[in-house]
Amino acid sequence: MVYSRKHLMFPISNGMNIRVLMFGWEFPPYNSGGLGTACYGLSKALAQENVQIMFVLPKKFNVKSQHLKILFADEHAVKFQEINSLLYPYVTSEEYVLDRERIKGDIYGRTLLEEVERYARAARRIAKKEKFDIIHAHDWLSFLAGIEAKKVSGKPLIVHVHATEFDRTGGQGVNQNVYEIERRGLNFADKIIAVSNLTKQKIVYHYGIDPNKIEVVHNGIDGSEYRKLSDRLGNLKRENKKIVLYAGRITIQKGPEYFIRAARQVVDHYPNVVFVVAGSGDMEHQIMMEAAFLGISDKVIFTGFLRGDDLNAVYQAADLYVMPSVSEPFGITPLEALVNDTPVLISKQSGISEVLTHALKTDFWDTEDMANKIISVLAHGSLKETLRDNGKYEASKVTWRESARKCVNLYRQILSERQVAV
Amino acid sequence: MPSVCFYFQVHQPYRIKHYRVFDIGHDSAYFNDNSENDLNNRRILEKVARKSYLPANRTILELIKKHPKFKVSYSLSGVLLEQLEKFSPETLQSFQDLAKTGNVEFLSETYYHSLSFLYSPEEFRTQVKLHRKKIKELFGQEPKVFRNTELIYNNSLAVEIEKMGYKGILAEGADHILGWRSPNFLYRPKGTSKLSVLLKNYRLSDDIAFRFSSRDWKEYPLTAPKFSQWVSQVNGNGNLVNLFMDYETFGEHQWEDTGIFEFLRHLPGEILKHPDNDFVTPSEAIDRYSPVSELDVHNFVSWADIERDLSAWLSNPIQNDAIRKLYDLEKIVLGSKDRKLIEDWRKMQTSDHFYYMCTKWFADGDVHKYFNPYSSPYEAFISFMNALGDLRLRIPSEKNEKALTT
Repeated sequence: MVYSRKHLMFPISNGMNIRVLMFGWEFPPYNSGGLGTACYGLSKALAQENVQIMFVLPKKFNVKSQHLKILFADEHAVKFQEINSLLYPYVTSEEYVLDRERIKGDIYGRTLLEEVERYARAARRIAKKEKFDIIHAHDWLSFLAGIEAKKVSGKPLIVHVHATEFDRTGGQGVNQNVYEIERRGLNFADKIIAVSNLTKQKIVYHYGIDPNKIEVVHNGIDGSEYRKLSDRLGNLKRENKKIVLYAGRITIQKGPEYFIRAARQVVDHYPNVVFVVAGSGDMEHQIMMEAAFLGISDKVIFTGFLRGDDLNAVYQAADLYVMPSVSEPFGITPLEALVNDTPVLISKQSGISEVLTHALKTDFWDTEDMANKIISVLAHGSLKETLRDNGKYEASKVTWRESARKCVNLYRQILSERQVAV
Repeated sequence: MPSVCFYFQVHQPYRIKHYRVFDIGHDSAYFNDNSENDLNNRRILEKVARKSYLPANRTILELIKKHPKFKVSYSLSGVLLEQLEKFSPETLQSFQDLAKTGNVEFLSETYYHSLSFLYSPEEFRTQVKLHRKKIKELFGQEPKVFRNTELIYNNSLAVEIEKMGYKGILAEGADHILGWRSPNFLYRPKGTSKLSVLLKNYRLSDDIAFRFSSRDWKEYPLTAPKFSQWVSQVNGNGNLVNLFMDYETFGEHQWEDTGIFEFLRHLPGEILKHPDNDFVTPSEAIDRYSPVSELDVHNFVSWADIERDLSAWLSNPIQNDAIRKLYDLEKIVLGSKDRKLIEDWRKMQTSDHFYYMCTKWFADGDVHKYFNPYSSPYEAFISFMNALGDLRLRIPSEKNEKALTT
């Protein structure tokens, strides 16, 4: 679209008339974690700011949305649910091949990278056909799609970094192909959005990007969606046991082993406690073994992957939510816990730590400090209460609306710079 | 003819080190942090002495020599004096040199800079006595005027203070207690017959203490002639201009490069240029002037934050929980007759510990954050409660009980 001079001199206060072609990888309910949640929350809030969004997904999933138009790169896809089980954004490339071997389907790309490339080719087709002002691509899986769309259309590209390869792998065994795709996307983009200052620093440090090209837009949460649920874990509650919760994928990035080691130290000082691990992942077995090895199997409950009301009910039952992540670009789960009236202890190695002041904080590796803080919350009701009430209030201010407004400002800035350049 | 009355508060707490639950029963030295952080009491004291107390004392001494009519008063907490004895005898000596001039009055307060008046009148009286003894011992003065921790004040405190034999007390000249009245007079606290209360002129005091180096302030830069002119304007509608502030204003809150010492150096001369102006100590003010009316203060006021109430120390559940559990131990701690135990328990009463636990960050946040050596109020609470858990183990009758079951 064309901006008149008048628009530039009197910028309108919302995103009216900006059309965004947005590339993602997953979308609730077919999401395996935070990326899908973030794409949903942000796009909905952008729509409320009157931005017109066409959201592109690589496969046809049975998702419906009232606030945006969804396009599927593969319109002939069948059995998309099964396909979806493979295409979750957190697998490393190696894992994808292993998983694929197990399923032995023939309709997927041979590797995750082939999927990503296939997605990019489809993106060219879509970008030629649709009308839009800006391209906005989420994480490396859709970066190539964003690049191709920019090549075809000449429209500015924003890449939005929710996690880097260094976060996903905990810095060990970085996949060179994935790294290259990330680097290409970051270089080819006109602007980069990072979900935290922590992520911004990583982009500068590991990818050599000019910090001035990167805007930090923290994620948000929509607290109004939460409500009080009936008691889960009622048996534990009746026994007056305190509940300490871990919720997230059970994988190296999330630091589950530090949680278990801290649990061991807590139990010695505060035996009347149960640790709930809600999630699944490649380290699940290892963590169960670790709990057994430390002699606290009877104190640790594994619930498997939870979503929706099941997850919210567990948040509500807990006395404390712990996020011991080794490297967490943002970390939306502490906000979810706070909205559900549960105080949080979070790793300092997280983006959310930049946002929350009414949270306990620890270095993920300092399990003694972690245990010290867990025990303090369990032992002192006043601490739980103060953290919970102040934290909930603080979390209520971290909204997708705020994130969307920052994105809109960025869209405007890019479009007006283009206008001036022309 | 306004008399200017300076009172400087000089205080440093014994900050509690990072104390983990695992230290309970193994480590009873709560105040001996020796790291590079801001919980290292020796390090802080040496820094503040170097940046503030020593140069400020030097300046005040020069001023007294130059202007024999220049007077000031100090309130030095007992826990500060102890730390000066241990970590900076040179600074203590410089206060003693000031005492010898005869132009300096030392005020009375609780030895441990505590909130004890709110929780235990008996403990309060004990701490006031301990402080009087210390002041007499170090400066040869018997204080006649009292100032409570953080200028916390109400009618019942005034009544108690009169009973204890004082002739005056200090308080914040807060708008909500004065209404239309001026802080520039003495008042008689409700329920007392002889006591006078001196009220802080918070506008003029805070011009120096808080706004001096603020570039957003329309009066920036503040000069001695300008300030003396404001003081002289009181002439005709007031007797007294009470300038009450933390001594750390000079060199620590307002750094030397803001020109704060130059300001101080020139202020007395400028004020004395006007023949009607002079300087008084609180006792002299009380001897010279009479209270103009009764002052009725039912609820506690203080000089902290915009609220000028107790909320800096006692507004959230962790603050209330911590202080209640501390005073719950009063009987058995004192009953133990264990001198070291009693001392540690008292050091934990210092108001700063509860200030650090303040979560009132939304409105007044910056000040609290600036003055908090812990990374959050919750860290302050956790170390405090763990240390208290250990202290409880040291009480003979509780030896066998678990520290955490409260």
